[in-house]
Amino acid sequence: MSRHQKQPDAGGSYGYLVAFDSVEQLLQAAARVRDAGYTRWDAHTPFVVHGLDAAMGIRPTILPYLVFTGGLTGTTCGILLQWFTNAHDYPFLISGKPIFSLPANIPVAFEMTILFAALTALVGMLALNLLPQLAHPLHGSRSFKRATDDRFFISIEARDPIFDPVATRELLESLGGSAVEEVPG
Amino acid sequence: MKQVADITTEVRRLDPALPLWLGVGAATAAVGIAGAVALASTQEHGWGRLLESYLVSFALFLALTLGALFFVMLQHITRAGWSVVVRRIAETLACNAWLMAVLAIPVVLGMDHLYHWSHVEAAAHDPVLVGKMGFLNPTFFVIRLGIYFLIWGLLAWFFHRTSVRQDTTLDPKLTVRMERAAGPGLVLFALSANFAAFDLLMSLDPHWFSTIFGVYYFAVSVVTFFAVMPKILVSLQWKGVLSRAVTVEHFHDLGKLLFAFNVFWAYIAFSQYMLIWYGNIPEETQWYLKRQTGDWAWVSLALLVFHFIIPFLVLVSRAVKRRPRLLAFTGSYMVVMCWLDLYWLVIPEFSPGSVRFGLIDVFCFLGVAGVYTLALTFRLKRHSLIAEGDPRLQESMAFHTA
Repeated sequence: MSRHQKQPDAGGSYGYLVAFDSVEQLLQAAARVRDAGYTRWDAHTPFVVHGLDAAMGIRPTILPYLVFTGGLTGTTCGILLQWFTNAHDYPFLISGKPIFSLPANIPVAFEMTILFAALTALVGMLALNLLPQLAHPLHGSRSFKRATDDRFFISIEARDPIFDPVATRELLESLGGSAVEEVPG
Repeated sequence: MKQVADITTEVRRLDPALPLWLGVGAATAAVGIAGAVALASTQEHGWGRLLESYLVSFALFLALTLGALFFVMLQHITRAGWSVVVRRIAETLACNAWLMAVLAIPVVLGMDHLYHWSHVEAAAHDPVLVGKMGFLNPTFFVIRLGIYFLIWGLLAWFFHRTSVRQDTTLDPKLTVRMERAAGPGLVLFALSANFAAFDLLMSLDPHWFSTIFGVYYFAVSVVTFFAVMPKILVSLQWKGVLSRAVTVEHFHDLGKLLFAFNVFWAYIAFSQYMLIWYGNIPEETQWYLKRQTGDWAWVSLALLVFHFIIPFLVLVSRAVKRRPRLLAFTGSYMVVMCWLDLYWLVIPEFSPGSVRFGLIDVFCFLGVAGVYTLALTFRLKRHSLIAEGDPRLQESMAFHTA
């Protein structure tokens, strides 16, 4: 694509997409985009790339705190469930044990902890990633299909606060990847 | 990309830390042994108390050794790459199995005091002990101990020697050989460690039995090992040894394993407790009754809070696991907790109702710790501190945990 063509209108476009051949190029490019101050952008790779989070400047996720809270809620619910069913609503004496006794309640509380923590992890991960999402503008790009095979992509969204149709394109072109592609919104 | 340290420029010999390690080891051993002997000879029943406390410390350092041996075989059987830079230290710890065989001599000599079943005449009047006499008798006990230490010693020796040989030959076939040995080795380890726990600790109360007891001691072993590793690495790095090859990523993984196995310990401890509590059969519950009456009830609760709940909350944090010195401190604390756990397994059998913790217990711990450190130091200084001939060395040095 030539620089002399009419510059795209940021309003009707999703953003820019650029491809790299290797992990090293991607990591260097990601660090440059990060240092330029972009916030609404992403990297797309066919496999997990160690060090990409740091190169992109991604802050640690809050998911662990959600999972911990979910686990504690599970413990509490497990204990309360047993207290309500066995000791309060329908007191039921089993093998001479106290009506409400903690040792007997631990297995259920433990399982509920795991269940709630696991469900929080799954739902929380989906929610934080805004998933499920049935369609995405990037899927309109033919070249982007190689993100599941052998190419490493960086996309910058047009709604990024510092996105500029000219300056952003120049930055991406200077990264040493493929020709910059404009993805329709 | 992150720059990976070059192994050829890394300080990978113990030498810079040697004076400190020898000094600390010798001083600890001297103070510990002198103090323990002095207290034992002046106190009433001092030698008996010394022997009981010695069994606690012996079991702790045996646990550390077995944990290390398990770790080495686990890395080989899973073909782990991340752990290559820390494996040599574990191999050397495991070689202290020979030292532990020597340190088992006082336990054997003190059998008469420690193990009620070893009094053959008294046992003959006890129908339960008569039934167990085919297994629990002094001769077979000593034979079994010999077999255990032979298994552990030979396994540790094989993995250490093969790994050291690879330092110079760089032969990848040696890795394959160790991988193949790790499977049968783990089976032998599991059986021997289980029975050793029955013999050394469970038979203190020969009427009581718990089939999960061996797993309990295994959990103690692995927790002790992962608790000690960060401390060893931090004290090496403090003297500039392995300061680049071992990164925060390795500490993070050791911390995760410490966390996981401590939860495993709690899981096993509770499994044993709950089944006996629920079954409510006197011949089983009497063991816990001893630990729920008098002062021991407080120790039982202390184990729950200080061995499980607090370490759980501390180690669940990523920030703690990624700060080597903080992790080393937490690890040292966990070692004390593992010691308390073994104290709780052994001492109530001799002192029901009262905890009677004293200086002699501290000296005894220091004495064994000092001798153990000296033996470890002498073996560590002979070779590189990294399994540098391992074909996965680069992978380990470039290791990144998520």
